[in-house]
Amino acid sequence: MKRRHVIAVLMENESGALSRVAGLFSARGYNIESLTVAATHDPTLSRMTIVTIGTERVVEQIIKQLNKLVDVVRLTDLTEVQFIEREIMLVKVRAVEQGREELKRLNDIFRGRILDVTDSSYVIELTGDDHKLNAFLDSVGRDNIIEVVRSGATGVARGDKSLKP
Amino acid sequence: MELSGGEVLIQALKEEGVEFIFGYPGGAVLHIYDALYEQNSVKHILVRHEQGATHAADGYARATGKPGVVLVTSGPGATNAVTGIATAFMDSIPMVVISGQVTSKFIGSDAFQEVDCIGITRPCVKHNFLVDSLENFAETIKKAFHVATTGRPGPVVVDIPKDFTAPGVKVPFEYPKTVNMRSYSPAEQGHPGQIRKAVDLILSAKRPMIYSGGGVVLGDAAAQLTEFTELLGYPITQTLMGLGAFPASNKQNLGMLGMHGTYEANMAMHDCDVLIAIGARFDDRVTGETSSFCPDAKIVHVDVDPASISKTVTVDVPIVGNVSSVLEAMIALIKDTKKRADPADLAEWWSIIKNWSSSDCLAYDKTSKLIKPQAVVESLWRATKGDAYVTSDVGQHQMFAAQFYGFDKPRRWINSGGLGTMGFGLPAAIGVQLAFPDETVACITGEASIQMCIQELSTCLQYGTPIKVINLNNRYMGMVRQWQEFSYEKRYSHSYMDALPDFVKLTESYGHVGMRIENPEDVDAAMEEAFAMKDRLVFMDFQTDQGENVYPMIEAGKGHHEMRLNPARELA
Repeated sequence: MKRRHVIAVLMENESGALSRVAGLFSARGYNIESLTVAATHDPTLSRMTIVTIGTERVVEQIIKQLNKLVDVVRLTDLTEVQFIEREIMLVKVRAVEQGREELKRLNDIFRGRILDVTDSSYVIELTGDDHKLNAFLDSVGRDNIIEVVRSGATGVARGDKSLKP
Repeated sequence: MELSGGEVLIQALKEEGVEFIFGYPGGAVLHIYDALYEQNSVKHILVRHEQGATHAADGYARATGKPGVVLVTSGPGATNAVTGIATAFMDSIPMVVISGQVTSKFIGSDAFQEVDCIGITRPCVKHNFLVDSLENFAETIKKAFHVATTGRPGPVVVDIPKDFTAPGVKVPFEYPKTVNMRSYSPAEQGHPGQIRKAVDLILSAKRPMIYSGGGVVLGDAAAQLTEFTELLGYPITQTLMGLGAFPASNKQNLGMLGMHGTYEANMAMHDCDVLIAIGARFDDRVTGETSSFCPDAKIVHVDVDPASISKTVTVDVPIVGNVSSVLEAMIALIKDTKKRADPADLAEWWSIIKNWSSSDCLAYDKTSKLIKPQAVVESLWRATKGDAYVTSDVGQHQMFAAQFYGFDKPRRWINSGGLGTMGFGLPAAIGVQLAFPDETVACITGEASIQMCIQELSTCLQYGTPIKVINLNNRYMGMVRQWQEFSYEKRYSHSYMDALPDFVKLTESYGHVGMRIENPEDVDAAMEEAFAMKDRLVFMDFQTDQGENVYPMIEAGKGHHEMRLNPARELA
C-alpha cells in the first residue's frame, strides 16, 4: 500500500548536493511531493525535508539510495516516529463585499495572518501541516484563490532525539 | 614543497601508486600534459578516442583490482568518456577520471569546449568533484581514490578548471595520509546475528543453491567462496560477472545462470529451497521474471551495498558487509558446529541436478561445414590452456565466450555485463596486457562490436600489446538477429552488417598481423599459429555460421524453468 513519508536528510552543504538528490528521484522514477532545503546552524550542513508517496518497498529503496549518496551524512524517515510537520503557505485571495468578513473569520479560525490588504484582495499567511493547509484552501474555495505559494513541508522529530552528523 | 596544480596531480598519482594513466590531451589539460612530460613515474598511454581510455583503464582495474586512471580534456573529451564511465559504474569498477574544465571564470559562459561534466556524469559515477580551489586539490584526489576503491567500488570523476593547473600558480604540497569523510563509511563486517541466522538456514537446507556474482571477484573473495562451497558440498552457479570466482572445472559448478545460463543452473535455481546469494545483485538478466524467481526458496543475500538488498527480489536473511569477511565468518561458524544438511537430502538433490546436466544443454552441431562460434571459443581454450585473460565485447560472442571458456581463476574474464557496451573488448584488452605484459590476452569480439573502437588498434601498435583478437564474424549483429528471429518473425531489420571492411587488410594497415579463417578444420591450426606469435597482435577473422543462436535462452517475461533449448542438440 502506498503511504506518505516525510524524510529528513542531513547533507554536506556543497554545490551540487541538491541536484544529486533531485537527480536520484528522477533517474529512478521515485515520486517527490515536496522538497525543501536550507543550511542549518552548522553552515557546513544542509537539512532537507523530502515528502514522497510510495509503497514500503519503494520507500525502503529511496532511503537506501539516499544513504548511498556520498554527500548524505544522515537521514531518517520521520513518519516512523512521532514528529512535527510544518509548512508555510501564502495565499492571495479575492476579498470583495461580504466575502471580506467571511475570509477574515476563516483566517482567524485557521490562525492565519493577513499580511496585505487591498480593495479586492488579501494575502494570508498560514502555517501548519499538509491537512490544515489543504483544509483552508478548500474552505476558501477554488474560485476565490488568486495565487498559492507553498514552501513544502519541513519536519522534526518530537522528544530530545535529533539528526546529528 | 611548492607545486603547481599539474604537478600536484602527478605527485598525487605517484603517491597512489598509479602505474598508467590512459588519456588524450586537449586545451583544458595542456598544463597537466606539460607536467606529465617532465616525469617518468606515471606512464601515459595515448589512446585514439576517450572512450578507449576509459575502457582500457577499466580493463586494467578489472584484471589487477587496482583503480584505473583516466585523463581527458573538457567538452568532447569528457562526453566521449561518458560511455566508459557508465560501463565502469554498472559493473562497480574502481576508476578515477580526471577531466579538464574551462578556466574557472569562464564556467557557465558556454566557453569553447565547455560542458557541465559534473552534471553529465552525475548519474553514472559513484561520486564526482568539481575542484574549487588549488589548496584542496590534493585532498580531493585522495578522496576520489578512497571513494572509488572502498565499499562497492565505482568510478569517480574529478573535474579541474584549467587555471588551477597553471604552472605559475603554486601551493605547498602535502599528500594526506588518511581521508576523513563523515558522510561516507562503507560497511565492512557483517552483522554477527545475521550471519548466525544465515548459517542456520544454510545448514537446514534440503535443496540448497549458491548463486555468486561479480562482488566476489571485486571483493577478492574467490578463495573464501571456494572454501565455503567445498565445505558445504552444495551446487553453485555464477552470474556473467562472477565467472572465475569459483573454478569452472570444479564438479560442484553448474556454470552460468540467467538468460543464457545452463539448463541445470537455472532449473536448480527454480527448484532450490535455500538460495545463498553472494555478491550478486539479482539483475533482470539473471532473475528472469521475478514473480516466478526461486518460488520455494528462503534467500540469504550477502552484499557490501545495502541498496542491493531486496531491490528487485525480497530476501529473508540480508547480510551487509564485505563479501570476504562475511564468508570467513560463515566458514568459521560452519566449522564450529556439527550441524550439517541431511546427506540423504543432499544426495537426492545432486541426483536431480545430474539428471538436468545430462541434457547437455550447451551441445551444438559439431558436424557443420561452417565454423561454429562455440568451436572457436573451445579452440581458444585449448590453445591458451584455459589460462588466458579474455576480454569481450557485447552480443552472441560474449555469451559463447562465457559459456565455453571455462574460467578457473577470478579477474580473467573481462566484459561489460551491466551496461553491455559494444566496443569495450579491444581497449579493455590493452589495459589488461599493459598490466600483465607476459600473460596471454585474447579479445573475443564480433564484426559489429569491434568496429565501435577499432581505432585502438593504433594504440596497440604504439605500446606493443600483443593481443589476440578473435573476431567471430557472422556478418550480423548476432544477438539482434537472434531476437529478431525469435520475436519478430525473422524480420532482420538493420541487423545485417553490410559493407564490412577486409579485416585482414585493415589490421595489416595498422601494422599488425591479420588472418582470415573460413573452414572448421583450419581453426585449431590457425589458433596455434596466432598464439605462437608472442610479440604480435594477431587479428583472427573467423567466418562463422550466420544462423547460429545462443542457447539455452530465457525469453522476456519467462521464468528460470521455461528455457528455450537448442533444437540442434540431437545432432551433437
